[in-house]
Amino acid sequence: MFVLKLIIRNAFRHKLRTGLTILGVAVAIMAFGLLRTLISAWYQGVESASASRLITRNAISLTFTLPISYGEKIRSVPGVRKVSYANWFGGIYISEKNFFANFAIDARNYLDLYPEFVIPPEQKDAFLTDRKGCVIGQSLSERFGWKLGDPVTLRGTIYPGQWSFTVRAIYQGAEKSTDESQFFFHWDYLNEVMKKTSPGRADMVGVFVESIEDADRAAEVGRSIDELFRNSLAETMTETEKAFQMSFVAMTGAIVAAIQIVSYVVIVIIMVVAANTMAMTARERIPEYATMKTLGFGARYIAGAIFGESITISLVGGLLGVALSFPAGTWIEHSLKQFFPAFAISTPTIVLDLVASVIVGTVAALFPAWRGTTINVADGLRRIG
Amino acid sequence: MTTCPDNIVEVRDLVKTYRRGAQVVPVLENITFDICEGEFLALMGPSGSGKSTLLNIIAGIDKADSGTVAIGGVDISSLSETDLASWRSLNVGFIFQFYNLIPVLTAFENVEMPLLLTGLSRAERREHVEIALGVVNLTDRMDHYPSQLSGGQQQRVAIARAVVTDPRILVADEPTGDLDRVSAQDVLGLMERLNHEFGKTIIMVTHDPRAAERAHLVRHLEKGVLNDVRS
Ligand SMILES: Nc1ncnc2c1ncn2[C@@H]1O[C@H](COP(=O)(O)OP(=O)(O)OP(=O)(O)O)[C@@H](O)[C@H]1O
Ligand SMILES: [Mg+2]
Repeated sequence: MFVLKLIIRNAFRHKLRTGLTILGVAVAIMAFGLLRTLISAWYQGVESASASRLITRNAISLTFTLPISYGEKIRSVPGVRKVSYANWFGGIYISEKNFFANFAIDARNYLDLYPEFVIPPEQKDAFLTDRKGCVIGQSLSERFGWKLGDPVTLRGTIYPGQWSFTVRAIYQGAEKSTDESQFFFHWDYLNEVMKKTSPGRADMVGVFVESIEDADRAAEVGRSIDELFRNSLAETMTETEKAFQMSFVAMTGAIVAAIQIVSYVVIVIIMVVAANTMAMTARERIPEYATMKTLGFGARYIAGAIFGESITISLVGGLLGVALSFPAGTWIEHSLKQFFPAFAISTPTIVLDLVASVIVGTVAALFPAWRGTTINVADGLRRIG
Repeated sequence: MTTCPDNIVEVRDLVKTYRRGAQVVPVLENITFDICEGEFLALMGPSGSGKSTLLNIIAGIDKADSGTVAIGGVDISSLSETDLASWRSLNVGFIFQFYNLIPVLTAFENVEMPLLLTGLSRAERREHVEIALGVVNLTDRMDHYPSQLSGGQQQRVAIARAVVTDPRILVADEPTGDLDRVSAQDVLGLMERLNHEFGKTIIMVTHDPRAAERAHLVRHLEKGVLNDVRS
């Protein structure tokens, strides 16, 4: 009780010093939390990927396609329930900075395989019956103000030319983590044009998507699919959607690692700053601690007072940092929507923030507490004069 | 003051040296003396003669290199750090030159501090604190912080803190060293009363001859050696 009173009053004795320390910790913890959230947003696509869907691609690399005829053979593999396919289209809307993912899809089957894209039935019908129709995500529609019936023209990069579509359906994600920024149109439309302009590229598919009966047998089914095409002209590589997504993220693994390191560096820096402040504060209080010792207060009282003060300050900073990270997170979510469909500060991140701030407070108090508890009473008293 | 019924302090062959690098500074050289129960002793001597060091060793906040200090029959030179701390809290009241109050605690809370180490209830503590503040005549200032009190008032709070646990010995290191004459007289009067009325044994280090006048006995420490001077 007494130590608690001492901690609180001591903590707010130098209002400016304490205020600045709290602010420093708050900003550091906020940065830490946002960087952690950034990393998890990065992996969000992977997290939301289904383990019961397989992706088959050309074994050489993603940029190589597969003949559409493979679809029939894949369908015959035991354990495969449904097969669909899609091509990465890589179309650009006006300019590169408007980037969003767009795919040519085997319309009916593909949407069946992705129940997380929720589309009103009449819109879905409208899309299926319009060969030049497209389905867009809710956030994409908000971003460019596209409504049902609006025309949209994309400039092809992989498939040259101007490609005109009409928005026929807008999907919403079943989960918060569902990516609502994608654009889908009919593979048949793409293939029709290819047949006319570059027949060599017709009837080719970027990836096959398969749903399987038993997620636990994914590896086995994938192996049987790849077995089918062994030694053929285009060998395949089948993996779960999760693993497939992961290979994208892995490409940027170095960046993620860098962000991870930076997030810890931020904590280390604030630790050093807080330790310095705490050391300065404790040095000034040596005569007070010596007085307490003279009166018979043991080391645990002194250590309790020093640790308590340090942890109180850093925890208040941590709480403030957590509070600040919500508006900051919302702002980031708005401005980086096309990259991170879901930028939400999770409970584990908040817990991690608070744990980090307690660690900062504890580490900052280590040296002062050691000094305060081990200093000779007579020497400590002498400092007053 | 010729009869001494009981020695409360027995100092034997006390030696203390400080080392500054290669240089050895002898501070106390074979000090041996006794203090009677109920004595009011003034320790005088030039600056740097070791008065504070001697006082600190007797009060159990510093250790001698050799020799023994027995207080009320307890050899405190052989006590462990922890035992010494609890011994101090029960047996010695401290009065410092610069009062050494905790600035973030009120007068009441400062005086209450030593009682927190006892098993007393909140109500009992309050009662003791009020009595102690009554003795120093500061009951009306108990909710003031040290910064809101004059030097003399702060020293009186410190005296209340020193006596609140009812220790047998009070040690004071230049208790009037930082006070003006009137406040100093106040504080000395108070100490005299504590000696007379409450029977406290007082050991006071001072440079001030007027302070020494109040004591029954004055001892001079010079070059590590103690000489008697009766007042
Ligand atoms: N921690 C220490 N390390 C080295 N020397 C010390 C230490 N503490 C005290 N001394 C030395 O011991 C001697 C006695 O010091 P002490 O404080 O006991 O003197 P004093 O008689 O109380 O002096 P003053 O009247 O100025 O208070 C001095 O020479 C001082 O410099
Ligand atoms: Mg001194």
